[in-house]
Amino acid sequence: MSDLIQIQNVSKSYWRDSFEIPVLNNLSLDVKQGEFMALMGPSGSGKTTLLNLIAGIDKPTSGKVVVAETEISNLGESALAKWRANNVGFVFQFYNLIPVLTAFENVELPLLLTKLSKVERKKHVETVLNIVGLGNYVQHYPKQLSGGQEQRVAIARAVVTDPILLVADEPTGDLDKNSAAEILTLLERLNKEFNKTILMVTHDPHAAERAKIVRHLEKGDLVGA
Amino acid sequence: MKVLKLIFKNALRHKLRTGLTILGITIAVIAFGLLRTVVTVWDSSVDAAAANRLITRQSVSFIFTLPYSYKEKIKSVPGVQTVSFANWFGGVYKDKNNFFARLAVDAETIFDVMSEFLITPEELSNFKKERNSCVIGADIAKQYNIKIGDQMTLEGDIFPGNWDFVVRGIYRPKNKNTDATQMLFHWQYVDERMKIESPVRTGEVGWYIVLIKDPNKSASISNQIDALFKNSSAETKTETEKAFTQGFVAASGAIISAMNFISFVIIGIIMLVLANTMIMAARERTREYAVFKTLGFSAYHLIGLILGESLIISFLGGGIGITLTYPIVAGFEQAIPKGFFPFFFIEPKTTIMAMSAAILIGILAALFPIQRTLKTKIVEGFRFVG
Repeated sequence: MSDLIQIQNVSKSYWRDSFEIPVLNNLSLDVKQGEFMALMGPSGSGKTTLLNLIAGIDKPTSGKVVVAETEISNLGESALAKWRANNVGFVFQFYNLIPVLTAFENVELPLLLTKLSKVERKKHVETVLNIVGLGNYVQHYPKQLSGGQEQRVAIARAVVTDPILLVADEPTGDLDKNSAAEILTLLERLNKEFNKTILMVTHDPHAAERAKIVRHLEKGDLVGA
Repeated sequence: MKVLKLIFKNALRHKLRTGLTILGITIAVIAFGLLRTVVTVWDSSVDAAAANRLITRQSVSFIFTLPYSYKEKIKSVPGVQTVSFANWFGGVYKDKNNFFARLAVDAETIFDVMSEFLITPEELSNFKKERNSCVIGADIAKQYNIKIGDQMTLEGDIFPGNWDFVVRGIYRPKNKNTDATQMLFHWQYVDERMKIESPVRTGEVGWYIVLIKDPNKSASISNQIDALFKNSSAETKTETEKAFTQGFVAASGAIISAMNFISFVIIGIIMLVLANTMIMAARERTREYAVFKTLGFSAYHLIGLILGESLIISFLGGGIGITLTYPIVAGFEQAIPKGFFPFFFIEPKTTIMAMSAAILIGILAALFPIQRTLKTKIVEGFRFVG
């Protein structure tokens, strides 16, 4: 399988007042298409920062980030927004659903940026909500759903545009054990059945076990094989 | 799902806050409408002035009178069509609060020069024939429920004593901004009584109303009239009716300017209220806007969401405010004494200004939250704790 993600000598620093805080140090990483990779490490090790760089929601201080043959570290804000809409699905720890929209409307959100008709959008939304097992909850608002159900809606929103890459930042971090297991099973299924490349940041070793590859970060460096 | 639906849902997230903001805008628009109506009504008395009418008054001050003998001399000036005159009578009708203009006029000519006062030939004829008769404006007749044939008694102050008049005509305004709150009666009737009671005050005219044939010659005719009385004991100042009215309006200029200023201050204050609402809303949704950006929504989409919400609130407040301004102005018109404002109505430009102000408020109030939202990076947005 070819490399979907190529990270070459990437460094990232943040500035707090006049202090530079290095987060990633000259890091390189390749991820193959169809991979399910877990990124582990202690707090402050740079896992989420690396995920943000790969997903195109942050830019490296130096180095190159290439995803699906596009060097996203060179793209402007507008081009990057379009690129994200077409290529990446996001799953967050706290779901980040829009509270005033129903499950259906939340999942439909990314499709509003496409040229799909209303009928086509409806078909896509219903399909993914059925995949995540929430076909009967289309008119429910986030506050009417459990944490696990909310996260499944978030996953449905992440995959509704059929992106090549799915990034998940602590997707089970706010869930109980059973709900976490359901979400991980769903991610596994998306990887195996739908060949989605998944990059997951997690603290939880049980969650990491579900991934095909686990990489560890410490103080901004990848450690181990 | 439509983006508009999301904008509406966002606007209604905090119903109480949005409701209070809409209420605030509504009250501000009503206050703005009322103040602007007072200002425009004040100004429109100038607009109502006829271009072909000149006013000749005492050069020192309007409060000093002119001799009745000037009438024929003024009439002799080339270009003058008709000369009429009037005298401020003052007095009290039933109650001191019943304020409207009471004028002793030249019954023979007054309706020739004041063509915007519409009266039937029969009523005019009856008015001219009967020396103690009067004609009143339709608004006065309506307010005090006076009919033709009724008696009106004025308690004189400038001209002491009780003065009885019989209503022989009710004039209707030709235009919306025509004053229909005047009471007109015979100058001769007043003058003859003054000959008996106060002979030194006979033959006095307050001002002459001069109808000219060609409005373009108003300046030269004015100069000719004033030249007639140069170096006399009662020199004149002749000017167009518009300039004459402007003089009155200018006397109240400071009050009007203050009202004008306050009306815009109200708009400024309510803009800050809406801006505060929008800033709070945008701040609370910092994470959501980060989600929108992450999903690929552009700056234009976010501008649309925030601006749309702000405009919906301002439109609702402005719309309700303007709708309510009409009955409130009508109620205000009923409440204030007739004659204080000869006419009181909302001009279309007031409505346009109020709605434009509401739209402007909506746009300006959204600027800061838009700027803040666009400036916030996605990763900062996700880290935000409201």
